[in-house]
Amino acid sequence: MLSLTGVCTLVAVGTLLFILGYLFFHGGTSLTTDFFTKLPTPVGESGGGMANALLGSAKLLLLASCIGIPIGFLGGVYLSEFGGSSFSYIVRYTTDLLNGVPSIVIGIFAYILIVLPQGHYSTLSGGLALGVMMIPIAIRSSEDFLRAVPVSMREGAMALGASKAKTIFTVVIPAAKAGLITGIMLNVARVAGETAPLIFTAFGNRYWSPGWEQPTAALPVMIYTYAISPYADWKQQAWSAGFVLLMLVLTINVFARMILSKRGHVAR
Amino acid sequence: MQMAEEQKPVAGEQSKLSATNLIFHYGSFKALHGISMQVYDKKVTAFIGPSGCGKSTFLRTLNRMNETIRTSRVEGEILLDGEDIFKLEVSELRKRVGMVFQRPNPFPKSIFDNIAYGPRINGSVSRSGMKDHVEQSLRRAALWDEVKDKLHDSAYGLSGGQQQRLCIARALAVNPEVLLLDEPCSALDPIATAKIEDLIFQLKDSCTIVIVTHNMQQAARVADYTGFFLMGRLIEFDNTTVIFKNPAKKETEDYITGRFG
Amino acid sequence: MAASPTTALNARPSGRVSAFWQRLRSGDDIAYVVTLTCALTILALAALLVFELYTNSTLPREKFGWSFLVGTTWDPVAGQYGALPFIYGTVVTSALALLMGIPLGVGAAIFLAELAPTKISNGLTFLIELLAAVPSVIFGLLGIFVLVPALIALEPAIRAVLGWTPLFSGPFYGVSMFSAGVVLTVMIIPFIISISREVILAVPTEQREGALALGATRWETTWNVVLPFAKKGIMGSIFLALARSLGETMAVTMVIGNEAKIHESLFAPGYSIAAVIANNFSEASDALERGTYIELGLVLFGLTIVINGLARVLVLSTTRKGAS
Repeated sequence: MLSLTGVCTLVAVGTLLFILGYLFFHGGTSLTTDFFTKLPTPVGESGGGMANALLGSAKLLLLASCIGIPIGFLGGVYLSEFGGSSFSYIVRYTTDLLNGVPSIVIGIFAYILIVLPQGHYSTLSGGLALGVMMIPIAIRSSEDFLRAVPVSMREGAMALGASKAKTIFTVVIPAAKAGLITGIMLNVARVAGETAPLIFTAFGNRYWSPGWEQPTAALPVMIYTYAISPYADWKQQAWSAGFVLLMLVLTINVFARMILSKRGHVAR
Repeated sequence: MQMAEEQKPVAGEQSKLSATNLIFHYGSFKALHGISMQVYDKKVTAFIGPSGCGKSTFLRTLNRMNETIRTSRVEGEILLDGEDIFKLEVSELRKRVGMVFQRPNPFPKSIFDNIAYGPRINGSVSRSGMKDHVEQSLRRAALWDEVKDKLHDSAYGLSGGQQQRLCIARALAVNPEVLLLDEPCSALDPIATAKIEDLIFQLKDSCTIVIVTHNMQQAARVADYTGFFLMGRLIEFDNTTVIFKNPAKKETEDYITGRFG
Repeated sequence: MAASPTTALNARPSGRVSAFWQRLRSGDDIAYVVTLTCALTILALAALLVFELYTNSTLPREKFGWSFLVGTTWDPVAGQYGALPFIYGTVVTSALALLMGIPLGVGAAIFLAELAPTKISNGLTFLIELLAAVPSVIFGLLGIFVLVPALIALEPAIRAVLGWTPLFSGPFYGVSMFSAGVVLTVMIIPFIISISREVILAVPTEQREGALALGATRWETTWNVVLPFAKKGIMGSIFLALARSLGETMAVTMVIGNEAKIHESLFAPGYSIAAVIANNFSEASDALERGTYIELGLVLFGLTIVINGLARVLVLSTTRKGAS
């Protein structure tokens, strides 16, 4: 009976390794520099790349981070350093609630708030959707890492005459910085792979999309569009894109978790 | 149980800190029942008593560290050089009345940055003068020779005793008039403890010292004045020699001779 | 002479204005206000989300009422909006995922918590947790091009074993509720494993020792003593996994077939709530149709809130690091 449990584990681990291997062979080996530098070609023509999707994803993540990280981080500071009991409980509960909302519903939210009044898809709405997803993740992770800083350190600073704010910003936050930074990295990696909220906010674009008011291509959405298309060349590009996305996400995850485990924190 | 009578300053001694009828509550628990006493300038005053008697609680009211506890309530008066400490800006008070804690709590920074922390946030020492100031503070804490070659190493590389002396140096770097020591040696071995006791002797010329200790012999060794606390009350306060050789109250005598505690 | 400020925020008795400026310079009040505002933003966002979902779905809610949720025909062109096929597809695929995922997940968790040496357990758990970081669209990609052909090849075998039930009858073209169920299984396993492992590790050693000392085998100890003790937390992980699978969009829509009909057989195509929103939302022809997708979003939102809430209660009380 117990050896069966080992089989279960093998299935789980094997799946990951299979995914990695398959994507490497189908996507990694056919990766060309064109992928990173060229725009998509007209439908039916072969060649081209996903340069606009890479840039689009970068812009979306940048906007999302500018929205999500500051609000989430400072909210986490509140919960850890100032929080009372019942209000903090409500905030944490709501954070977990938002965290559990399916990403497509967040997409609807951004659509109603921005796309509907503006009348068009945009990088802005996509960035907002992703940013809203980043907030609850950032709050929880900052709060956890800030709380882990021992009270004795805060007392030491306050006994030297530091105000509460000075203590937080010159002692507590620097002490927690490894966790805070890796938390941001994991947050970005998580949101970088999201497709559903972008489908009707950023929508997609076969060209460059300057500024923030135009619809934009994004890497995960391109993968989806190309994968369900009937063109063999597009399907091949979907594999390459999938490989690139997976490598990006997994590299950040592995790197972040290694930093955390070295410091004695267990990442989750 | 009789409380100590209203303490008037002993002739010839200047009062640095004086408490009058200090009462302290944690939530509904009354931790201190009307403490009145003087701490004399440039002398070492020790608080002794069994666990939970309120000596640490009282110490922490002297630099208002108790305010970090949400449900705390203070009544009564504490004067520093005649000024009401509750009317002072709390960070100003803490620059004049420093504290060293039971367990060493250096910041995760270099030795240099730990010492420089206080002066930096106060802006009291210029950038050019900081090196000398850090050296001076480390010398006052008898730690300079041991760390002078590794000032920029992490403070966590030091031993427990060294870390505690680092915390003392860090507290001294803001030039406090009073230094509160909350059982500073309880986490240390005898050799490290002896070094800190020597340090106290050297420091009292420049700084008033108040030390809480659960070790009576330590109080007998280092303190000029001693206060005996029991269940949130100050039972007796006098010259150390009087407390230990000729205590006026029975409770004090019982504690000194080990009948309880 | 009473003086009893308990926090720096209480007003001082003397020099109120100068005291105010002093506190402002020390930054405590600014820090408090700024961080509090950010914490309040979460509450505002959540409230706004519910509000927007609710008010923008008023049209269909008023027009169709409860028949929206029980109608079986979804034909926007003809103005018919019965969402039962989506609810059915969502529930069936998630149920399938749980059916396959629970034994696999709890099994692996037992292995990692009870049998594997610590270093190996930590290493393997690290890898499994990486699986949770793989984006949904990647699962979908592999679903279309690897899983579906594989299932087509395996079809005769499956039919041989399970073909007697109506659940595995009818034609099979690859994209189906069964395929979606399999993909979801793989996606939820890391959550079940990760949390269940934590919960099992939190079971006190004394419990195991007590059973072993009475002569129980390792398996008997695990099954009869450890698992019951860890039951609540494992249930919590299952609820969490369920909540995730209900909301999964991309991987499901790429392999489920996207057909708005209720079929008995798992081999038949189907549709899920999240999938239909993803496919049709941007092409909604009018405010009413758009409203129906928003109403579907509201339904999904409600479902996941309830299930996540249950999960939270169960898990927080039983893991090694149960947070506040």
